Amino acid sequence: MLPYLVKRLLGLVPTLLLVAVLVFLFVHLLPGDPARLAAGPDATAETVALVRQDLDLDKSLPEQFARFASGALRGDLGRSVRTKRPVSTEIAERFWPTFWLTVAAMAWSVTFGMAIGIASAVWRNRWPDRIGMTLAVSGISFPAFALGMVLMQVFSVQLGWLPTVGADTWRHYILPSLTLGAAVAAIMARFTRSSFVDILKEDYVRTARAKGLRETIVVIKHGLRNALIPVVTMMGLQFGFLLGGSIVVEVVFNWPGMGRLLVDAVDMRDYPVIQGLVLLFSLEFVLINLIVDVLYAVINPAIRYR
Amino acid sequence: MTTATASATLPAEVRTPWTEFWRKFKKQRVACAAGGFVALLVVVAILAPWIVPYDAENFFDYDSLNALPSLKHWFGVDPLGRDIFSRIVVGSRISLTAGFVSVAVGAVVGTALGLVAGYYEGLWDRLIMRVCDVLFAFPGILLAIGIVAILGGGMVNVIIAVAIFSIPTFARLVRGNTLALKHLTFVEAARSIGASDWTIVTRHIFPGTIPAVVVYFSLRIGTSIITAASLSFIGMGAQPPTPEWGAMLNEARADMMTSPHVALFPSLAIFLTVLAFNLLGDGLRDALDPKLERQ
Repeated sequence: MLPYLVKRLLGLVPTLLLVAVLVFLFVHLLPGDPARLAAGPDATAETVALVRQDLDLDKSLPEQFARFASGALRGDLGRSVRTKRPVSTEIAERFWPTFWLTVAAMAWSVTFGMAIGIASAVWRNRWPDRIGMTLAVSGISFPAFALGMVLMQVFSVQLGWLPTVGADTWRHYILPSLTLGAAVAAIMARFTRSSFVDILKEDYVRTARAKGLRETIVVIKHGLRNALIPVVTMMGLQFGFLLGGSIVVEVVFNWPGMGRLLVDAVDMRDYPVIQGLVLLFSLEFVLINLIVDVLYAVINPAIRYR
Repeated sequence: MTTATASATLPAEVRTPWTEFWRKFKKQRVACAAGGFVALLVVVAILAPWIVPYDAENFFDYDSLNALPSLKHWFGVDPLGRDIFSRIVVGSRISLTAGFVSVAVGAVVGTALGLVAGYYEGLWDRLIMRVCDVLFAFPGILLAIGIVAILGGGMVNVIIAVAIFSIPTFARLVRGNTLALKHLTFVEAARSIGASDWTIVTRHIFPGTIPAVVVYFSLRIGTSIITAASLSFIGMGAQPPTPEWGAMLNEARADMMTSPHVALFPSLAIFLTVLAFNLLGDGLRDALDPKLERQ
């Protein structure tokens, strides 16, 4: 197991390095002078020159990158142009609401998605399958922001059961996590169904049935365990979808998270914050994929020896 | 009588890949209906300026602000007095163009990269796949937001961003297909008679990747329409008063309490359009490449 883990970790280094280079170049790809951008539109020529020196923009690109990378490794991502506070502080305040939102969305969408997928596979081409798959294809076709608006209108405004905006209690998490997880639940349902349909055709399932096991045990013990392998991989891929989707959902629910911060930063042209957030989002995504790959290797030992 | 003898004397119907596809596709009623709906949408989008009852941006009916749907205004009126039906119809042009153009660009570039990576392997393969890994390292819509942050807002930049976001998907898909196809006998035969790399790739390998690309094309259009609408919704794409569906929903947010119907129709428009492309894609997959993974 350990050699596999080390191999995978080393494999990440070039990708992460390239991501860091891209994120670093981001400020330099922007039209206009980055020093002028950081100093603000009203700054005098001297201020711009000072800012240029202050941000090391007068150094060569490789030198700048070395400083950026070593700063980022120590958690120093520069200062927000808008609030003048360190980017790391800005992000730290917004990290947990987004994290818990994503986890809540993942938890329920995997539970419901798998349940619908299994039911659809077991009762293939009958009414549970029809209903489940209609729901699923609708789920991937309904944009999250529209779903969020509908849910908020019905459950918060009309019925008054749930709060509209904010992230203070668990009740605040219900609607945003449902909105965020809907598409993932739909994808999980479709994916679970197709891998389960294949598994139910396997010889060992026929053997299990032939020896007189109850159908519930066949489905759970022989089916579910084997279907879990592709499903776990799919979960990892969907985490990226959730992280991206949280940006839109946080705008709908005015959620105090990183997505909302990113949209505000783009609006305000607060480039250090954009840079830090993009770096963090992709780092998180790459790490989650690594964890999933490792889990995959735990479930299926054959992977480790490839 | 004559037709019966004719069919009896003729050999069994010639089965080309095209007839084979059509035979499987037409059995799926849902996918056929979705295809019909997509065709209708395309016609509506092309004819939009001539079929709308009112000007989508510059007609204001001040006597019926926030009016509910009626015979005069089929989908009602928004808080500024604009006819929602006209705006939805004109908006179909923007969303369909955004979905189609961005996926087309992504598919062409991605397919070319995938063919090169899969056929030559070695350095090219490592280079191209590394770039794809990096593009994949930005979760979901984030890459598009980053690109829009650099290029600035607006629909053209959104299309560019969504196209870049589609490239790695197609590149990986086509690379996988190319790797599988290049060791088959017909490719070896072509090489043994001295066909050039160009001929082998374009005439023998590329056609084999088409089914998978077509399926993903249709499924990706749905994703891309949602992504483009999302960017407009968060204020980075089309700007008001442009009747882009995502931008319309964003405008409608302010008046959700008093006039929820203003948000209803753009939501339905996005949902039905994306649903049609997804159902069509599912049907195409079942007809062309049943082994392809369900997304």
